[in-house]
Amino acid sequence: MHAVEKILAKAAGKEKVVTGEIVNCRVDLAEVNDIYLQTIRSFYEMGGKKVQDPKKITFILDHYAPASTIQQAENQKRMREFCREQGIELLFDVDQGVCHQVMVDHGLVYPGMVLVATDSHTTIHGAFGAFGTGGGATDLATIMITGKLWFRVPEIIRVQLVGKLPQGVFAKDVILKVIGDLKADYAVYKAVEFSGPLLKTLGISERMTLCNMTTEMGAKTSYIQPDETTREFLQEKVKHEYEIYFSDASYPYAAEHSYNVSNLQPQLAAPHSVDNVHPLENYIGKPMDQAFLGSCTGGRVEDLAIAARILKGRKVHLGTRFIVVPASQGVLLEAMAKGYMQTLVEAGATFVTPGCAACLGTHQGILAAGETCISAASRNFPGRMGHPKAEIYVGSPAAVAAAAVEGRIADPAKYLD
Amino acid sequence: MEKVIRGKAFIFGKNIDTDQIYPGRYLELTDPEEVGQHVMEGADPGFAKEFQPGDIIVASTNFGCGSSREHAAGALKAVGIGAILADSFGRIFYRNAINLGIPLLVCPHIHGLVRKGDILRIDLTNGLVTNETAGATAQAQPLSDYVMMILESGGIKPLIRKQYGQKG
Repeated sequence: MHAVEKILAKAAGKEKVVTGEIVNCRVDLAEVNDIYLQTIRSFYEMGGKKVQDPKKITFILDHYAPASTIQQAENQKRMREFCREQGIELLFDVDQGVCHQVMVDHGLVYPGMVLVATDSHTTIHGAFGAFGTGGGATDLATIMITGKLWFRVPEIIRVQLVGKLPQGVFAKDVILKVIGDLKADYAVYKAVEFSGPLLKTLGISERMTLCNMTTEMGAKTSYIQPDETTREFLQEKVKHEYEIYFSDASYPYAAEHSYNVSNLQPQLAAPHSVDNVHPLENYIGKPMDQAFLGSCTGGRVEDLAIAARILKGRKVHLGTRFIVVPASQGVLLEAMAKGYMQTLVEAGATFVTPGCAACLGTHQGILAAGETCISAASRNFPGRMGHPKAEIYVGSPAAVAAAAVEGRIADPAKYLD
Repeated sequence: MEKVIRGKAFIFGKNIDTDQIYPGRYLELTDPEEVGQHVMEGADPGFAKEFQPGDIIVASTNFGCGSSREHAAGALKAVGIGAILADSFGRIFYRNAINLGIPLLVCPHIHGLVRKGDILRIDLTNGLVTNETAGATAQAQPLSDYVMMILESGGIKPLIRKQYGQKG
């Protein structure tokens, strides 16, 4: 069996599972965010009175942090009340940031767990050897009542990464290249594992970026085998005991792909789909009205650090808006302590408090018709960040920072010598 | 649940994401009727006006990819979608729709076999899709027993209510 299958088997109370089988799994943590008031409605519609285990449920108010309309405020108010009524202590309010980063910061994510959240980018937790997957409101209400959820055991695709990343090229460029080659529906219903020697050189932040973006290939979950880097990262944070699972050598992958990244160039996903990927150099000089640095994909300390390095002693180009949103309070505090926020704000960045912000087009940096934006987030669908006629280019945090300096798409490598 | 569905087809292309099915700016809405007013607005702003309850969506690959927002399936449910046929579906959308009792069928190459306004007849028991207008048929993948059980219960809500409904 693969490690992912071993996780599912354990959670289903079974010795063995096979590809395609439907299993009902214990869920170790269920997360609900603030666009999912329907979860509470579904809970009551399904006859729920008390949640099965309040310790295994967390509410994180991140998509509307803080509320900008009365309706949003009402929805958040109802969620706070529900947590109080149900004894759910893991309520992270609008000061905390994007759910995935908040859960990691607070030590709620560990290898071998089953984590279901009302967010498609829950695949991100494969970076820790967890089974993370997204669900909808009614799925989450089902977990609240039963403590379990049904899954189809997925086929697993292995992506081997070898070589050394050139200057100005990052994990984001690697995953964009993979998505561009394999396409947006390649991994639908399947899991994607990353392996190979490159991973040893990637920190947790970059591993999270890889796993996060497997959602854009349709993946159900992702997996990176936990190693020393993982253990060291989790040591301070995670109090929960955990088991690390290993795949059997004989496991038959549904497909295998290998990428040597040594000659990879910076990549961009051009409008209007995440698999419309081309070398960044094809777009050099294209004017950008906005540069967006943030989200569960590209708003971590390492992302702010590279942007601060590029902006140090420089100014944001006149006429371009540079929106910077640290992914969490933890990220913000560390970025302040290290001086990154100071550098970015002095350079002319617009600072937005931790949360999902403009990534999904709800508030804090919405695009007008015809505007262009380069984004360190995950998606460039039509209308994703505002008007359907706005154009979004998805790239690495360094590419976003370089565009903020020049007001047009630029190669970040020249700022990193 | 009706085992045979008959309705008029609306056609969409590949990778219709849930931001197009239900744009992010309306996510704060929670009332099903209000949610339904914005159905498919990002892909076809005229859809909600033209759509009649029972009509069927036919799409190419990866319909419902992207965000996990249940509003996308909820909006289609609210306007009375008859069924959705696609070459493939985004997996969270698939779960959400089945949970709400919307029949979804994976039907390879269906997108090329139907034109807008064609009348389709779908037999859920065997997955046979008949294009009555064009006089053609296509075979959808059969629904798994588990999914069929959810659909026959009218969605997962009545099912869980029956199995786990809490007293008191």
